[in-house]
Amino acid sequence: MFRKKLMYLNRRAPYGTIYAAEGLEVVLIGAAFDQDVCMAFVGDGVYQLKAGQDTSGLGLKSFSPAYRALGDYDVTRLYVERESLEERGLDAGDLMPLTWEDEDDDWAEKSSIHVVDRAELTRLIDAQDVVFNF
Amino acid sequence: MKIGLLVNEGPYQHQAADTAYHFAKAAIEKGHEVFRVFFYHDGVNNGTRLTTPPQDDRHVQRRWTELAEAHGVDLVLCVAAAQRRGICDPDEAKRNGKDADNIAPGFRISGLGQLVEVAIECDRLVTFGD
Repeated sequence: MFRKKLMYLNRRAPYGTIYAAEGLEVVLIGAAFDQDVCMAFVGDGVYQLKAGQDTSGLGLKSFSPAYRALGDYDVTRLYVERESLEERGLDAGDLMPLTWEDEDDDWAEKSSIHVVDRAELTRLIDAQDVVFNF
Repeated sequence: MKIGLLVNEGPYQHQAADTAYHFAKAAIEKGHEVFRVFFYHDGVNNGTRLTTPPQDDRHVQRRWTELAEAHGVDLVLCVAAAQRRGICDPDEAKRNGKDADNIAPGFRISGLGQLVEVAIECDRLVTFGD
């Protein structure tokens, strides 16, 4: 079966608007469709992956744990734009550790997070059949 | 070409619903197939029949309904997004113990799988919103 290349492009901070939370819902539902899926995080979207988030003061349920489920849904490629991290004083070490188990490599645990520069992300976006923007 | 639309913003607050409507209408007039319009986030507010704009303003919900009636365009509201925002059909109203429903003619409520299906089935998925 022909599988389309789908990218979920996340551009917004996790809280403040509902786009990130409802966008993640699409990723989790979409995982059932067996397509070639990846996610990308740019701009304030990189904050979605920041470790140590605490929403208790907001009176909102945290949806950070849902990102850790992505590996089990076979969403194993999360591209994070390097420039977006740097512009916000962040680096890869500030992000949640997200992993998946590679069944073709004796279930080795591998990182899902790939920090890529803007030029590389541009190439990745260009290679997709469909880009969802959230 | 087979085209799917995603509308992510509510009517009147944001131009997305207007632009999406004009795009859909123009695409159909050019002979393209509009496979489905999927309404997500505040976009679900396009689908309440209680919409009552001033008489000298365009009626965003009614325009969608007329597009569905004239061309059979499938207008789908995301169920989870709709529930959060108080948009329901008779079945949803009953299931959730509500005293009324408000879905507009020509719209139906379904799951996010219907959006992913658009991405897979259509030649183009066009998103309207910020």
